[in-house]
Amino acid sequence: MTVLISGTELAQRLEEAVAGSVDGSDEFQVWVKSEQLIEICRFLKETPNLAFDFLSSVTAVDYVEHFELVYHVTSMGFNHRTVLKARVFGRLSPEVPSIASVWRGAELQEREIWDLMGIKFLDHPNLKRIMLWEGFPGHPHRKDHLGG
Amino acid sequence: MQIRTEPVTINIGPQHPSTHGVFRMRVTFDGEVILDVEPIFGYLHRGTEKLAEERNYTQVITLTDRLDYVASMTNNQAYVLSCEQLGGIEVPERGQYLRVIAAELQRIASHLVATGFLLQDLGAFATPLMYCMRERERILDLFEMLCGARITVSYMRIGGVFQDAPEDFWPALRQFLEDMPRFIEEYEGLLTGNEILLGRTKGLNILSAEDAINASITGPLLRASGVAWDLRKMAPYEVYDRMDFEVPIGSAGDVYDRYWVRVQEMRQSVLIIQQCVKQIAPGPVRTNVPLVYRPPVGDAYVPIEGPKGELGFYIVSDGGIAPYRCKVRAPSFINLSLLKEMLVGWKMADLVVIFGSIDINMGEVDR
Repeated sequence: MTVLISGTELAQRLEEAVAGSVDGSDEFQVWVKSEQLIEICRFLKETPNLAFDFLSSVTAVDYVEHFELVYHVTSMGFNHRTVLKARVFGRLSPEVPSIASVWRGAELQEREIWDLMGIKFLDHPNLKRIMLWEGFPGHPHRKDHLGG
Repeated sequence: MQIRTEPVTINIGPQHPSTHGVFRMRVTFDGEVILDVEPIFGYLHRGTEKLAEERNYTQVITLTDRLDYVASMTNNQAYVLSCEQLGGIEVPERGQYLRVIAAELQRIASHLVATGFLLQDLGAFATPLMYCMRERERILDLFEMLCGARITVSYMRIGGVFQDAPEDFWPALRQFLEDMPRFIEEYEGLLTGNEILLGRTKGLNILSAEDAINASITGPLLRASGVAWDLRKMAPYEVYDRMDFEVPIGSAGDVYDRYWVRVQEMRQSVLIIQQCVKQIAPGPVRTNVPLVYRPPVGDAYVPIEGPKGELGFYIVSDGGIAPYRCKVRAPSFINLSLLKEMLVGWKMADLVVIFGSIDINMGEVDR
């Protein structure tokens, strides 16, 4: 059975490895600072007894006052998983670093988030719209998108 | 005399028999060899995730049917499992067994479509495909008995299944389970050792386990590369922990192994259904969950092993009657992460075969 790594424990280790990177945590997840995402992801992937080699999914949720990016990461070797969350503020041009250089599987999903939620990924290899066409007005998964 | 040559760019799709729907690739060729591939998505984008925010939890089940429309049962299952985790709902045992039976039948149907079309793309025109469709038809008949629909089933509900199986379902299922292994024998006898199949697929497009994991590739594609990762074993949901089955893995990670893994998985699915039929006991099939379901505030993500890979719904609830956010982790979409790397360097004739071996469904890619 896949073990869910306690968020509080993981937060402590993250704080030791990348100082000032943790925003908060509970039993199920860790909130991290979006600016240090790449260091955090590298740490999760490369630390031998964590070895999160598999990025299960990336998504974004619009909570109106901020966006939240949600990363589900799994270690296939140890069969454990955890959930990372990062808050992004500002609706005009929210930006976060792309983690496609750590886990290749993020590439298409980040493109989808940019297209539908309008969050820009810095240093993404190919940040173009994916489901909709260039020039489509707005980003439809935002709560304030009216459509029509 | 010197002949002037230059790379040629052609569109494969969006309307092309080998793209299994409306997928488009802009491919640059040097003669017959592929130099560059640019996949273009979105021709079937219907905004399912946004639509889900405007419907109540029960209504969203009908939307999930239309994602991967050759595997609607597993879509239903992934969705209701996440909803149940949100509200902490326990499903009666008979309901869980019926779900596993339906999901495994669906896995067989999906793999039949995948292998049938792969061989169609290889040039084995119509014969293997029709054999596969013949068996798939029987599975769809079984679904019709369960819920009245064949493709867009909406059979599962939050808290169980829509209704108990009718009496004539069980003899029909037993007959199917008796015939299916024989069919797989026949099919394998026709194809697995076939020289043309071996010649066209052995050593074609080898994908290393490391690359596959790094690119979040799951399902038969990952297992063909030799990684025994199957969520039915690694994170058992429903009653899979009581089932005795094996996870077939490939050795080389080529197109042939992907075909072979799918065929072996069909055998394992038959074994699982046989065990379910033995173990299932009378009882309720659904707990009482109100039609307008209001789970508490929170989020849930329960991944399952769909026929094409890890399938999961990330659902955020704000305590209302509709999901606040409903994201689909679609295996078909994410399995295309390495498409360019997989195709560059191979020939035009291999393109359709490699693409067919990934087994995607456009309803799920574009959502």
